[in-house]
Amino acid sequence: MSRRLTIGPFNRVEGDLEVSLDIADGRVASAQVCSSLYRGFEQILIAKHPLDALVIVPRICGICSVSQSAAAAAALADATGLQMPINGRLASQLILACENLADHLTHFYLFFMPDFARAAYRTRPWHAQAERRFKADVGEALREVLPARADWLRLMGYLAGKWPHSLALQPGGTTRAITATEKVRLLTVLREFRAFLSSSVFGDTLENVIALGSAEQLAAWAQGRTGDFPRFLEIAADLGLERMGRGSDIFLSYGAYVQQDQPGSAGGDGPHLFARGVWHGGAQAFDDTLISEDVAHAWLFGEQPLHPRHGETRPLIAEFAEQPDAYTWCKAPRYDAAVAETGALARQMVNGQPLLRALVAANGGSVLARVVARLFEIALVVPAMENWVRALTPGEPFCNQWQLPDQASAVGLVEAARGALGHWLQIDGGKIARYQIIAPTTWNFSPRDAGGVPGALEQALVGLPVGEGETVPLTVQHVVRSFDPCMVCTVH
Amino acid sequence: MKVLWLQAAGCGGCTQSLLGAENRAGVLAQFADAGLELLLHPGLSEASGDEALALLQAAANGELPFDILCVEGALLRGPKGSGRFQLLSGSGRPVIDWVRELAARAQHVIAIGSCTAFGGIISSGENLTDACGLQFDGDQAGGLLGPDFRAAAGLPVINVAGCPVHPGWVVDSLLALALGAFSESELDAWQRPRSYTEQLVHHGCPRNEYYEFKASAEKLSDLGCLMENMGCKGTQANADCNLRPWNGVGSCVRGGFACISCTEPGFEEPGHPFMETPKVAGIPMGLPIDMPKAWFVALAALSKSATPRRVRENSRSDHPLILPGTRKGAPK
Repeated sequence: MSRRLTIGPFNRVEGDLEVSLDIADGRVASAQVCSSLYRGFEQILIAKHPLDALVIVPRICGICSVSQSAAAAAALADATGLQMPINGRLASQLILACENLADHLTHFYLFFMPDFARAAYRTRPWHAQAERRFKADVGEALREVLPARADWLRLMGYLAGKWPHSLALQPGGTTRAITATEKVRLLTVLREFRAFLSSSVFGDTLENVIALGSAEQLAAWAQGRTGDFPRFLEIAADLGLERMGRGSDIFLSYGAYVQQDQPGSAGGDGPHLFARGVWHGGAQAFDDTLISEDVAHAWLFGEQPLHPRHGETRPLIAEFAEQPDAYTWCKAPRYDAAVAETGALARQMVNGQPLLRALVAANGGSVLARVVARLFEIALVVPAMENWVRALTPGEPFCNQWQLPDQASAVGLVEAARGALGHWLQIDGGKIARYQIIAPTTWNFSPRDAGGVPGALEQALVGLPVGEGETVPLTVQHVVRSFDPCMVCTVH
Repeated sequence: MKVLWLQAAGCGGCTQSLLGAENRAGVLAQFADAGLELLLHPGLSEASGDEALALLQAAANGELPFDILCVEGALLRGPKGSGRFQLLSGSGRPVIDWVRELAARAQHVIAIGSCTAFGGIISSGENLTDACGLQFDGDQAGGLLGPDFRAAAGLPVINVAGCPVHPGWVVDSLLALALGAFSESELDAWQRPRSYTEQLVHHGCPRNEYYEFKASAEKLSDLGCLMENMGCKGTQANADCNLRPWNGVGSCVRGGFACISCTEPGFEEPGHPFMETPKVAGIPMGLPIDMPKAWFVALAALSKSATPRRVRENSRSDHPLILPGTRKGAPK
């Protein structure tokens, strides 16, 4: 027996999402992912002053705002051959890390965990606790998490003026020099957040968490432990989330958090805390020229797949009936013509994090692995941020000056919370002549390409069990949200 | 009061900002304590797919009474008036149609953010998506709902403008509505709550001394006043950003960059690069609100000639080079 199911509005993701499923014999036979909003940022940017991009691109997305700023700043820095002073680089990374970690926290508590509090799970032994702790809008965890998140965002108050939508991130560094007293206060914010993570999220020190190197160690550690991450692991084990939501298992990371100053490091080419590269059964070097975008299934005009340096974005206006194969505003990015997944799991796979490599070796990419990767990343990045704050040198410069060229072709590659974010910029006559963006969820929630190959989520949904009467299948919701999609970035 | 929250063509940043509201149990608990019930919020509610669609349908056809409609994001009328650039997922219908129907049922309609109020950043450039606000199209009355629109309780759309909104602006407005303490006299000329627009961004600016002496920043990260060279519109923009901090301690000018007047209609197309001050014959075109040009020019010339060395030198540095003197004995 087969049926077609359209799920929308798909809530508790950032932005507009519709998922259509063909279901046969109780399983998803094929999936189509639709990004249903088109705003046209790439067109808005044309003919603007290049620095105006720093005002416009953060407003693509209120949850990845700083990531968009960082990518634009990196592209502008690339256009000028500019490097940041050490303070500027450290402050930029602190701002980006602050957003990325806040997003991981927001995803876990507000977007992802509430599904386990649903009445459909009331027969499971963990349900009562999940409902008390994680229920949407009212779960008791929210009373701890939202204040902790607000306190965490004080880092933005100091370093970036505000969040979201700051202009503090510039190609030459940051606009706000930190004083010696403020350095002490930044460390206090980090210490308070660390304490919250240890008590509420992990039930252990960050150092003990990141020392866990195998699925067995993780399971033994979680046993009987009080903390929301161990609570999730208990649920995941019961529901088999380690076998749910496998994508293409090709992982892409542009590299996050430059570690040292060396030529090109402002553009993101230096050694990273989390390495740049591709994982395809083994580590590979990343090659920018292998990226292409195809619009065969999008409501966009275009012929051949194009590298974003030559990319274009031209929406259909009235020709929808003439493109019956199109079902989304999202382009289909490919790496070396293959479907790649990006995000915290990809970063940790590329970087060789032992536990995540082990989880993927056992079962491939999964709901479990994606969520574990995010929480591990919180535990990994907070200690790094403490070091960056300590390395700030009040009195030394935070921002270098520069002159924008009249002509340039440049790229900025950064890692947002949700993965690889690239801005390709062309300047002609002192104005923006082309601006192309590939966001993390453009990769993950890509439609089919011209060859008919489905995108990462479309692959990950196939084979999921769907109950007879289910109209919003729980398995589908777990898999979709495990990617932490940001739909406003996807199409932009 | 029951609140229905819709996200139109925005970035979700106003919700993200709102979640950062400073309250000891978080903003959701604060709403619940004040008697505000979130019937549906796309970023927060459990309901998804058919569950959410059924709820919206019931609200739209009057079966599910509700009090406040919050819309976050611009309204896309394009292409060619079809609304096709944003269909409400799962419904196959343009979001603008849903907004029109739901607004007609609401006791109060609130535009969350400048996109929803005026069109905002999405309407810049050639406005290919034909974006507008709920009751304004830029600075022109009209927008999606028309200039004469009144929600059932009698008020026009309440424009909590800002890109993004400060969490306090939304919390104050919703809590005042819940208390029944919000009347039309609380709105300014752009239908924004006066609670945050009776002030200028200039009020409480930490660069006040630099402003007084026209000791201006010349490059990014300088401590000086951002008005003369760096594009700052804090003396023209209505908002309390420097009296009520952002994220506990910040604001745009505290962060070292210009106020781009994001609470005002049309901020997205300033007619000059955002981070440069447009000038005629060396005089900034955008003068402080309520200040005659001749006075400004005279005062600027006088104060520049009287600038203390400390203020002048510090204004061109990213950290103070010269500290204020210390007085011997008690200040007189």
